[in-house]
Order: sequence, then structure tokens, then C-alpha cells
Amino acid sequence: MKIGILALQGDFELHGRMLSTLSVDVAYIRKPDQLNSCNGLIIPGGESTTLTKLMRGAGLFDPIVSFAKNNPVFGTCAGLIVLATDLVNYNLDTLGLIDLSVERNAYGRQIDSFIDSVEFCIDGKTDFFEGVFIRAPKIVTIGENVKVLGTHDDNMVLVESEQVFVATFHPELTDDVRIHQYFVDKIRKSR
Amino acid sequence: MLHNGSEFRKKVALAEMLKGGVIMDVTDADQAKIAEDSGAVSVMALERIPADIRRDGGVARMSDPLLIKEIQNAVSIPVMAKCRIGHFAEAQILEAIGIDFIDESEVLTPADESYHIDKTKFSVPFVCGCLNLGEALRRIAEGAALIRTKGEAGTGNIIEAVRHMRAVQSEIKRVQILGDEELVSLSKNLGAPVSLIREIKETGKIPVPNFAAGGVATPADASLMMQLGAETIFVGSGIFKSDDPEKRAKAIVHTVTHYMDFIEVAKASEGLGEPMKGIEIETIPDEQRLQERGW
Repeated sequence: MKIGILALQGDFELHGRMLSTLSVDVAYIRKPDQLNSCNGLIIPGGESTTLTKLMRGAGLFDPIVSFAKNNPVFGTCAGLIVLATDLVNYNLDTLGLIDLSVERNAYGRQIDSFIDSVEFCIDGKTDFFEGVFIRAPKIVTIGENVKVLGTHDDNMVLVESEQVFVATFHPELTDDVRIHQYFVDKIRKSR
Repeated sequence: MLHNGSEFRKKVALAEMLKGGVIMDVTDADQAKIAEDSGAVSVMALERIPADIRRDGGVARMSDPLLIKEIQNAVSIPVMAKCRIGHFAEAQILEAIGIDFIDESEVLTPADESYHIDKTKFSVPFVCGCLNLGEALRRIAEGAALIRTKGEAGTGNIIEAVRHMRAVQSEIKRVQILGDEELVSLSKNLGAPVSLIREIKETGKIPVPNFAAGGVATPADASLMMQLGAETIFVGSGIFKSDDPEKRAKAIVHTVTHYMDFIEVAKASEGLGEPMKGIEIETIPDEQRLQERGW
């Protein structure tokens, strides 16, 4: 299995480190043809305004949309924003691959960034994960084909649809690979 | 330990998000919008860009909080601002208005000739400049979450940033080949904590991200610094002192993403108009060299 990581801007190398720990091959994606050999794609944390512009500039926008028809995609923080169908209070050219609306910088500025425990429930088992929230977005509403897997306070922070998996926090900024493992398993199941 | 605490980790986390991007100096809301629309990952809010500070002389201080707030309101990307070296009261003001990153900067006139700010006392992350590894590690020991080269700001001349980045990288390599018994002596010579030197020996890098600043004027300059090990580029005077700021801003953003793809860098370099004029370092008297500020 090989997973592509969008490497235009942001913490893509940290996602690469997580996948190496799981012994998964990684391709850093800067051009459309690099997607061809991949079975899944990660869109990392970074700045969503920058990421969308660079995706357009690199001609990656439409190739990612068609890639996502047959392959799972995972986005963290800015990656989530870029994948969402709808943004509250902001106009951004997003991929629209998961049916949810999201509010950017919803907790405030950097001084409001925090690290706290996220409760998540996978396969009927409830567990906790260290959630690193950096100028994080909030998921406001989700479509009916989107399932909540993780919450913090009353906020949905980890959700998935059939093909797309997104977190408002940064599992790649911890040493805990469980969420990345879940994505790898999601790719296995989809093949 | 300081560098594993969650307060410090969330500061470094924001620096991680800025990687592979361009941080641009802006002096008003209009320039901030141009920067954001061109793909900047962050803007540095300033009353005057370094080239003008250099030209005007006098004491350069923190910018008016009102100007910074106008810039914060104009963009959705993180906003940085500069305080004087050692001037913790300026830093407190910047933290109070919700700035995302503080640059304790040699571009402003230093306020304390002995001490930098104790950055562990703040919730907001700090970036500091360095000439070499010892200086980088002293700033990290004080709590800096991000290190940048000093370069020589406001000159449009890349040579000093190259010197500083090469110094840091070659000193890191040297740490890695030293024996454990040599590290305390190196700590004394570098004037840096041995705990951080041991960490570098293990990981092969400094414990926070390492960006380049001071003299970047062209896409090629940005590519050069990325290839020498910078993880993101600060562009100060280079954009808004050039002929066509928007085009140049986009070209540098594109270059930082594709810095190893020389066809892309070549395309980005085409038809940008005149870059900022630039200054030969030898013509700047020693006492006017900004990089000599800080210790």
C-alpha cells in the first residue's frame, strides 16, 4: 500500500513520520501524476487559504476530486477545511468532498490554541486521544451520510463519510498512531 | 522538562503549520490582503519595513497596536508582529491584542543590552533570529518556538542569511560526530545548554523549526535558502519594495512549494520586473548592521 501526502505546504512531513511508523509507503504529492500509484491521500495541516491556491496552481484540484471517487482521503485541520463542502463566514475554493459545514479559526487566535483529551468511539469501543488544537476549526453541521467518531466537549472533532475521514485537530503532532492506523484500515476495507 | 510541556508543544505546533510557506512583511491592511491573496501563510505587521527603518534611522519600536489590529481584521491567516529585544512590556501588549506570533527582532532597536525576553512567561509563541547554533540554542532555552536566520534585513542581499544558515547546519553536523564526552566542552564554547546539544546529537536537528529571513528578494533566493535547510521563508522588504509586489509574492510562494523543481522555479522567476535595489553589505558601517544586535 502507498499513501500520498499533499506536500504543497504545512506539516506533511509529520504525517509521513506517522505512516513510516506504520510501515506504509509514502509519496509526497506536488503534481497530479504522482497520485497514480497511491491508494489513499492525506491533506495535512497548514494554512487552508494557501493550500487551496497552491492546489489550483499545481493543477491538482480536479485530479484530487476524481482520485477521491475511488480512494479514501484523510484531512487534518486545514485539510478538513479544504475537503469540506461548506464554509461558514468565509469564501474559499474548497474540494467539497465531505458533506459538512465548518467555521475557520472557531476557537480564536493562537493564544486560544490548546491540547486536551478527545473522546472517540471506533467499532463500539470508546477511548481517548490527545487532541492538539491549533487555531482549530469547528464542524458546525454534518450531512446525513457523515458519521461522528470523536468529540471534544460538545463539538464534533473526528468524522467520516464513506471515502473521507477528517479531524479538526492534529494526530500527526503526537506519537500516537491509532488515528492514522484507522485511516490505513479504511483504505484496506475500501480495496 | 521545558520542551515536552504542552504549553511549549502548542507553540511549536503553530510553527509546524507554517512550514513550506512564505511569511510576508506588510505595513497596512491593503498590503496584508495582497499577501493573503498571493498565498502567504502569515503576515508580519509593521509600521515600516526594514529597508525604510534602515533609511530613516532613529529608534525603531513596536508598531502601533491600532495598525496591527487593522491588519488582524483584514486577514484570516496568522498575524505576527515585532517587539524590541528584551522589551517584555511591548511583548505583553502584543500578547494582549491577540497576536499569533511575536518576533523578538534585531530589526528594531534593542531595549536591553544584556537580556532577551523570558519567553516561557508568555502563552504566545516567539520567533528569534540567530547567527549560529549557539545563539539559536540560547533563544530556544529562553522559550523561543521558532528560529530564523538574522540575515541582514532590508538589504535585499542574501549573503548574510546564507552565512547564518550554513553556520547553523554545519555546527549541527559537527555535534553529531562528536563523542559524548566532548559535549560539555562544546556547550561551554557555544554558550548553549548541554541538554539541547545532546538532543541535537540524537535527532540531527534543532528542537524547533528553522526558517530563513533577512535579504530574500527573488524566487531564486528563496529556493537557495530552502535547499540550504530552511523550512519556510520570511520576506521583508523584498516584496513591497519591488516593482510588482503581487506577482513577486505569488512567484515566491510558488517557488517555496516547488523549490526542488527547477523548471517551476524558472517559470516563477520570469517577468517579475525590478526587484528591490539592494545594498552591498561592505558599504554598511559596522554599527548599522542589524545582525550584530542580540547576544
